[in-house]
Amino acid sequence: MSDQTGSDVAVAMHGIVKRFPGVLANDHVSFEARFGEVHALLGENGAGKTTLMNILYGIYRPDEGEIYIKGRRVTIRSPRDAIRLGIGMVHQQYRLVSTHTVVENVILGLPGNFFFPDRAARRKLEEFSEKYGLHVDPEARIWQLSSGEQQRVEIIKALYRGAEILILDEPTSMLTPGEIDELLGVIRRMAAEGHTVIFITHKLDEVFDISDRVTVLRQGKVVATLETARTDKPSLARLMVGREVLFRLEKRPASVGQTVLRVEGLHALNDRGLPAVRNVSFAIAAGEILGIAGVAGNGQRELVEALVGLRPSTQGRVFIKEQEVTHQPPRTLIERGVCYIPGERLIGLVPSLSVAENLILRNYCQAPFTQGAFLNYGAINEYADHLVAQYSVATPSLKTPVKLLSGGNIQRVILARETCRAPTLLVAAHPTSGLDVGATEYIRQLLLAQRDQGTAVLLVSEDLEEVLQLSDRIAVMFEGQIMGILPADQADLETIGLMMAGAKKMSVPEVV
Amino acid sequence: MWDFILLVLRAAIPAGTPLLFGTLGEVTAERSGVLNLGVEGMMIVGAVTAFGVTQSTGNIWLGVAAAALVGGILALVHAFASITLRVNQVVSGLALTMLGLGLSGLVGKRYIGMPPRTRFAPLAVPGLSDLPIIGPLFFRYDPLVYLAIALVPVLWFILYKTRWGITLRSVGESPATADALGVNVFRVRYLAVFFGGLMAGVGGAYLSVVYTTAWIEGMTAGAGWIVIALTIFAMWDPVRALLGAYLFGGVRVLQYRLQPLGISPNLLNMLPFIFTILVLLVSAGEAMRKRIGAPEALMQPYMREER
Ligand SMILES: Nc1ncnc2c1ncn2[C@@H]1O[C@H](COP(=O)(O)OP(=O)(O)OP(=O)(O)O)[C@@H](O)[C@H]1O
Ligand SMILES: [Mg+2]
Repeated sequence: MSDQTGSDVAVAMHGIVKRFPGVLANDHVSFEARFGEVHALLGENGAGKTTLMNILYGIYRPDEGEIYIKGRRVTIRSPRDAIRLGIGMVHQQYRLVSTHTVVENVILGLPGNFFFPDRAARRKLEEFSEKYGLHVDPEARIWQLSSGEQQRVEIIKALYRGAEILILDEPTSMLTPGEIDELLGVIRRMAAEGHTVIFITHKLDEVFDISDRVTVLRQGKVVATLETARTDKPSLARLMVGREVLFRLEKRPASVGQTVLRVEGLHALNDRGLPAVRNVSFAIAAGEILGIAGVAGNGQRELVEALVGLRPSTQGRVFIKEQEVTHQPPRTLIERGVCYIPGERLIGLVPSLSVAENLILRNYCQAPFTQGAFLNYGAINEYADHLVAQYSVATPSLKTPVKLLSGGNIQRVILARETCRAPTLLVAAHPTSGLDVGATEYIRQLLLAQRDQGTAVLLVSEDLEEVLQLSDRIAVMFEGQIMGILPADQADLETIGLMMAGAKKMSVPEVV
Repeated sequence: MWDFILLVLRAAIPAGTPLLFGTLGEVTAERSGVLNLGVEGMMIVGAVTAFGVTQSTGNIWLGVAAAALVGGILALVHAFASITLRVNQVVSGLALTMLGLGLSGLVGKRYIGMPPRTRFAPLAVPGLSDLPIIGPLFFRYDPLVYLAIALVPVLWFILYKTRWGITLRSVGESPATADALGVNVFRVRYLAVFFGGLMAGVGGAYLSVVYTTAWIEGMTAGAGWIVIALTIFAMWDPVRALLGAYLFGGVRVLQYRLQPLGISPNLLNMLPFIFTILVLLVSAGEAMRKRIGAPEALMQPYMREER
C-alpha cells in the first residue's frame, strides 16, 4: 500500500511501529494528512498519539515503517531534520526556556546575526502578530506569560522556521475558553494559507469544531480515518474507547450528613507573595460535593494548597470535624482523613518510583508495609496488585516507574492511592484535566461514589460542565474571593458565567 | 593600618586571579548544565604542566598554553563520562579531582624545590601606574591578571548578547527545548566543559609559574573547591565572579598576614572554607536557588527518547 502518495498528500506515514519497554505504543500505524487540511488525531490517553507525532518530528526513531513528506521518502533522525523538511511541533508540555525572553526563545538554534541576534527577529515577530493575530510582547519572559501566550510563542517558533506542516499536541488542554476560540481562529487562517495542521486531541467537540478529517487511534492502532462531516460524536466516541460512552451520569440525590470541613475567613498568598485567596469562608458536609468554578488563576490553586497544608495561610481558620487544623502539616491532615488529587499529575507522585511504591506513599510507614526499618515488598506488591486491578490501571508491571505511564493511567494511580480508604474529605483539583472521555467518565463516577459513601468532596475545576454535573452546591471564585455559593439546581450557566467574570456578586449565605 | 589595608588589597588581586580563571570556566560549564567537581584536579595538573613546560622551554606563555590544553583534555574525560555515558556528575567530577591530585604528584616529583628559570615582569600600564595609591593598586600586575579581567566583559557579552550565549543558556535551562529546535545539546555541553577545563588549567598555571614560581605538591590547596563555591556565590555570572574571586583572594591573603599576629594558622587555614560553607548555606535554600537562578537542568544528563 506504499504508493498512494498522491500529489495532495503532505505527510504520509506507513506501517509505523514503536515499542517501549513493555508497551507497543504504535502498532503498524498508517497516517496521511493533505495540504491545507486540519487533520485531527483522536485517541484515549496512552493511545500513542504523541508517540506517532514525536516520530514525525524526529524525537523518537520508529522501529519499523516509512515516512513520506510531499511524496518523497525521508528518514528523520532528529528535530533538526524535521525542521528542515518544514515540520513544526508544539508539544503537549511546552518546550520553552522559562527564564528567557520571547525573542530569545524564538531565535534559539537558528542561524543569523552572531551579535545581538534578537534585533532582526523582533521585526519578524511583529509581522506574525499582524498576519495571524499572534500577539506577544517580544521582551516578556516566558514565566510571566499565561499558557495561552506561551502557546502563541510556540506557534510563532514553528512558523518562524517556515513550518508548512504544524503538529499541535493537545493544544487546548491548558487554555481558557476565550483562548481556545482565538487558537481555532489562528488554525483556520493557517489552513486557509495552505498549511497542514495536525491537531492531537481527545476532546470530541474540538474534532467537530476544527477538523476536516479525523484519524482515530486505539491502543496503538489506527481504527479509522474519516471525513469529519460524515461522522458524529457517539460513533467517534465508540471508535475511540471501543465501547459505548455515557455522556450523562447517574446522580442520586445527596444524603447530607454532618459538617466535615469548615473554612473561616481564609487568606493566602501566591508564589510571588501577592494576595491570592481573600477572606474565603465555606463549609462542606459529609455526602456532598461542593464545586468551585472560576477562570484559572483566580486563587483556586492557592486555596486548595492552603487546605491540604501545602501553602501557609496568612489569616483565617480551618476546621475538620470541628477540630481546628489551621497551620497543621500535611501528615496531620492525612491522619484526619484528608485526601488530595492534585491537578498537575506528577506533583502527586514520585515520577521515578515504581507504580507499587507510589501506591503506598500515603501509608508506607504503617504495618504491614513496614517491618521495623524495612519495607515489606511482599505485602506492598500484594496490596498494589489489588489496587491496580480494582482501578484498572494499565501498566506493564508493578515495577514500572510511574512517569512512563500515560496521563490517564497516572491519574488512576493517584486516585487509587487517595480514595481506596474512604477518606473523610476528598480535595480534587482538576481531576479530569487532560483525560480522555473514558477515563473522565470513570473518574466522575468515582467521585460520585465517594460522595454516596459519605465523603465530603471539594471539587475544583475549570470545566464548567463538570462542576455543574457533579456538584451539589457551586461556589464561584473571582480574584481570590468567593462570589457566591449556589445550590446546583438553581445554578445556570449564565449566572455562573457572570459571577466568574466578576460581574455579579451574591451575599454569601451563612454556611450550611 | 592604612598601609596594611592597601597591602592586602594589592595582594588580593593576584591571589584571586587563579580563582577568577577557574570560576569563569566553571560558570560556563555549569551554564550548559554540567557540574564539574574536577576543578581542583584540573588546576593542579595545570600547575605542574605549566611549571614543567616553562622549565624546559624557558617560555611562560608556552607553559600556560600547555596547562590550558591539559586542563581541557581532563575536562573532556568528565564530559565523556557525564554527557555521553550519563554517569553521575558528582561522582565523575570527584574522580577527576582524585586523578588530578595523584597525577600531578607523580609527574611533579622532579620539580620539587627547583628554582624557576624565568618569571613574568609586571606589566606597568604607562602613565597610570605612577599615580599615587591607585597606580600600584591597579596598574602594576603581570599580564595574566589583565587577561583574566579582560575575559570578564567578553564572557558576559557572549553569554547575554550573542547567539552562542542564548544557545548555551538554553541548553543549561532546558535541553529538551534546545533539542526540539535542532540545537546539538551534546556538542554545546562538550564545548562548554572543555572551555571550563582550559580555564582551570590556566588558573593552575598562574599558581605555579606566576604566583608562587615553584612547584609544591598539593599547591592548589583547595582553590578548586573555592571555585565551585564561587560559581554559586557569583550566581553563574561573570561579573559577580570577578568580585567574588577578589574577595576570596583577599581572605587568602589575610590568612598569611594575620598569622604573625599570633592567630592560630590552623584557624586561619580554615577561613576560606568557613566562608565557602557560609556562602553555600546562604545560597542553597530553595527560594534563594530559584531567585539566583541555578541553571534549571544543572546535573541532568539529557537523552532524547527519555520522558
Ligand atoms: N519515552 C517513553 N518511554 C516509555 N514509554 C513511553 C514513552 N513515551 C510513551 N510511552 C508509552 O507509550 C504509550 C503511548 O503514549 P503516548 O504518550 O503516545 O500517548 P498519548 O496518546 O499521547 O496519550 P495522552 O493523551 O495521555 O497524551 C503509553 O503507554 C506510554 O506509557
Ligand atoms: Mg500525548
